[in-house]
Amino acid sequence: MRRVAVVIAAVGLAVAIYYGTHARHRDTRSSTSQAPALALVDLGGNKIDTSSYAGKVVLINFWAAWCTPCAEEIPQFIALQDKYRAQGLQVIGISMEDRNSALRDFYRKYKMNYPVVAGNEKIAEAYGGILGLPTSFLIGRDGRIRAKYPGLADFAKLEQEIIALLR
Amino acid sequence: MERTNDRQSMSLVWMLIAAAVFATVVAPARSAGQSPATSELLPGSAELIQPRELSKALQSGSVKPTVLYVGPRFLYAQAHIRGAEFIGPASDPHSLDNLRKRVTALPRNSSIVLYCGCCPWEHCPNIRPAYKELQKAGFTAVKVLYLANSFGTDWVEKGYPFEKGQ
Repeated sequence: MRRVAVVIAAVGLAVAIYYGTHARHRDTRSSTSQAPALALVDLGGNKIDTSSYAGKVVLINFWAAWCTPCAEEIPQFIALQDKYRAQGLQVIGISMEDRNSALRDFYRKYKMNYPVVAGNEKIAEAYGGILGLPTSFLIGRDGRIRAKYPGLADFAKLEQEIIALLR
Repeated sequence: MERTNDRQSMSLVWMLIAAAVFATVVAPARSAGQSPATSELLPGSAELIQPRELSKALQSGSVKPTVLYVGPRFLYAQAHIRGAEFIGPASDPHSLDNLRKRVTALPRNSSIVLYCGCCPWEHCPNIRPAYKELQKAGFTAVKVLYLANSFGTDWVEKGYPFEKGQ
C-alpha cells in the first residue's frame, strides 16, 4: 500500500514538473472580444474588408518573411487553408516590416494560397498589440476572437479548434 | 521484504524525476536545433541578463546601463523598455551601422544592454549580429537581455516597466 502511494506521488511530481514547464508553450489564451473590422489591400492589390468574412472562421497570422519560426509555420497554414476552405475557413497573413520584394518572393516561393497584406502598427494595435512574432488569432463565425496564439502555434490543437468552430 | 519494496519504489521515484528533468531541460534544447559547441548566447550563459535583473538595475539609484533596442520598429513603437534607444533590426547592415555610430564615443567598459524580443530566442535574427558587433568593437561590459519567447510575453506581460512611442 505504501509502495503504491509513493509511486503515485512520484508520477504526480513528474507530471507536475513537465506540465509546469511546458504549459506556456501550449497557451492559447482564450478571448471572446469582437475582432476589429479592417479594410486592407493584399499583395495583388485586391481590397479586403474583414467584415465581409462574417460567417466564416478566420485565422489571422501576424508574421514576417525575415522571421524564421514564422516561415516554418507557413506551409501548415497553407495546408489548413486547402483542407478547410470548403467548410468556411479563411486564413489571412499580415506581414510586419518585410521589404516588399522579399515578401513577394516569399509569397511566390511558398505558393501561398491565402491573402497576405503588409501590416503596420495601426493594424497591430487593433488586435491589442503584437509584441512578438509569430502571433495568430482564431476568429469564430460570429466575428469574435476565440483564441490567441502568441509564438509558435500548436497546430494539432489549432486544427482541433478550427474543426470545432467550423461545426 | 518490506525494505526491498521500499528500495524499488525509491528507484522508481528517481527514474521518474530524471525522466521529467530530461523532458523539460534536455529535450527542448535539442529540439531547438542548438548544440553548445555551435550556438552563441545560449540560455544560462554569462553574457545574458534576465528581465528581473535588468528591471532592478534600471530602477536602482546607481549608474544605469545604456539599453539599446536592435529589433524591428513596429515592436518598439508599441512597447519598449523605458529609456531604451532605438537602433533598428541588427540583421540589416544599415542598423548595424547605426549601432556602430551610437557607441563610437562610449568608453569600452561602458555597461550596455542589447535586446530585441521580436521572435523566440533561438530564432532571433538581430541579437547575435548586434552582440558580435560590440564584441568586435572591443566593448567589455555588454549584456544581452534574455527574452525566451518575445518582448510581449517575457517583459510586458510579466509587469516590467515599458513605454510606447517612436
